[in-house]
Amino acid sequence: MADTTLETPAVTHRPRRIRWETVGDHVVLILGSLLMILPPLLALTTASHDAVTIHREGLQLTIGDDLGKNFHAAMLEKGGFTQTVDGTLMLMNSFILGIGFAVGKIIISMMAAYAIVYFRLRFATLAFWMIFTTLLLPLEVRILPSYEAIQKLGLTNTYTGLIVPLIASATGTFFFRQFFMSVPEELAEAARIDGAGPWKFFIDILVPLSRTMIAAIFIIMFVFGWNQYLWPTLITTDESFFTLVRGIKQIVLSYTDSQIPEHGQALALAIVAMIPPVAIVIFFQNWFVKGLTESDK
Amino acid sequence: MAQVSLEGIRKVYPNGFKAVKSTSFTIQDGEFVVLVGPSGCGKSTLLRMIAGLEDITEGTLKIGDRVVNNVDPADRDIAMVFQNYALYPHMTVRKNIGYGLKNRGTPASEIAAKVEDAAKMLNLTEYLDRKPAQLSGGQRQRVAMGRAVVRDPALFLFDEPLSNLDAKLRNQMRIEIKALQRRLGTTAVYVTHDQVEAMTMADRIIVLNAGQIEQIGTPTEIYHNPASTFVASFMGAPPMNLIEAEVADQQVRINGYDGLMPAPGSYAGPVTMGIRPEDVELDEQGSVTFRVDILEELGAHRLLHGAIADQPFTVMVNKDHDVQTGETRVTLKPDALRLFDAETGKVL
Repeated sequence: MADTTLETPAVTHRPRRIRWETVGDHVVLILGSLLMILPPLLALTTASHDAVTIHREGLQLTIGDDLGKNFHAAMLEKGGFTQTVDGTLMLMNSFILGIGFAVGKIIISMMAAYAIVYFRLRFATLAFWMIFTTLLLPLEVRILPSYEAIQKLGLTNTYTGLIVPLIASATGTFFFRQFFMSVPEELAEAARIDGAGPWKFFIDILVPLSRTMIAAIFIIMFVFGWNQYLWPTLITTDESFFTLVRGIKQIVLSYTDSQIPEHGQALALAIVAMIPPVAIVIFFQNWFVKGLTESDK
Repeated sequence: MAQVSLEGIRKVYPNGFKAVKSTSFTIQDGEFVVLVGPSGCGKSTLLRMIAGLEDITEGTLKIGDRVVNNVDPADRDIAMVFQNYALYPHMTVRKNIGYGLKNRGTPASEIAAKVEDAAKMLNLTEYLDRKPAQLSGGQRQRVAMGRAVVRDPALFLFDEPLSNLDAKLRNQMRIEIKALQRRLGTTAVYVTHDQVEAMTMADRIIVLNAGQIEQIGTPTEIYHNPASTFVASFMGAPPMNLIEAEVADQQVRINGYDGLMPAPGSYAGPVTMGIRPEDVELDEQGSVTFRVDILEELGAHRLLHGAIADQPFTVMVNKDHDVQTGETRVTLKPDALRLFDAETGKVL
């Protein structure tokens, strides 16, 4: 029996051509990623050193021994002026603001869009464009009247005061309006004949249909709410209402009693403050893309 | 089950467009009525007014003995099947069918039983737990039917329910819908632009044109005795031949042709003469010369398109006639001739 394996033609190894465009693309992407990753990485490495080292030598690229200690202190040690706030409380406040902000925005903007699209209002289009023009009036522009109103209502240093003024959302209303307009009209008519009133149609049909939309807007709004800085700074003077983003500087970096500020703890908190928005985007990116690109009808 | 009556129903849209001009007719209990007409003739508007999805500008609409002009669609005791089915995409077939019952506060056990019954009737039992996206067009159509049937309404409304299906399925569903309606004995109003559907399904057909009723009648009446040239040319495939002619001394003369034929009735003057393509016979001794231009093969029949005295004309012959293009002679069956007023198009 002939050994056939010997006769199989040897695979010719052609030298693989280096495609320079591909290499170029990758270099740009890698540099970009590094540029984005380096600051948080630096924060993490620096957070593993004690305050004195950081104060004396600046940012550290090596891993030190105090990582656990700094995180522990940042999350659980009471700090600030009143010595009543710790990282955990601020984290919770941030979640309340982020979730309250996102949920509130979704509810309000969905209902506004529902009214505009499905009800024969006399000035529906006008109302929509009025809502839309509020995009030109972000909080920063109307900050004095907003503060005045909240202060007169006695809502400073409350979660309500923190969340409600930020809730009205032209962007959300716009997205939901576009989505509702793409839902076939017959669906509403079939529901009417099936005996579903406006409220039932909204809850039974529209809300489930908008799931992906809701998820996408939730992600955007949660991150947006989480990162609020100016408004919480204005409206909360009571340290127990401080959010992470606002509290890092106030609580940990305050020069009290001529001590060296706890740079390590502050950086640890900064890492903590970054995790939830990043996690949400990573875990829900499928929903996010779906909600903004395809409609499930 | 109910009788439906429309008295002087009109629809004028806010922009002034008169979609439906004053319309009156009565649909008998258990009757299957088809509204047919070209797009924009107002047939869907009429149906939507009966459903309550469109306000009635003027007139009285009664379902049973009740005036329902201002009654909410949910309380009119009707069910509607939409052209795109309008199934709720996030609900299973079971929930889709049961949704109307649930909203009316029917106990869950009763809903379950009724949904099972409806599903069995429509061969949907094995699909009950699927979502509409997992079904074929025909199955979705059945679910839409199920949603209507399960509520046992007084009146079914169909808005071009078969136009999204392929031809074969359409034929099959046509028969199924008709059989179902017969079995349940529910009054039905069916809107279509397809005259074949109208002919095959209807107990009575209402032909609409430009917001007005052209004719109401059984399919046979509409086919054989069209009330106007519009009905004559809209109903029937191929449509009725309409040629210009002149009547004098009880004789018809086709314009540009010298042969004469006996005329029905005693009218005199210019007319439009109508005759169905199958009522024309090829005949060596025939009185009319017909020029055949194109042969169209339909299997059982053959259509000969051509002209009589330069006016377009179609003849339908049996498949075993051997025909060539060119001149031939034909006889028009005298009792199949219909004469219409040349000006108004109304039958004489």
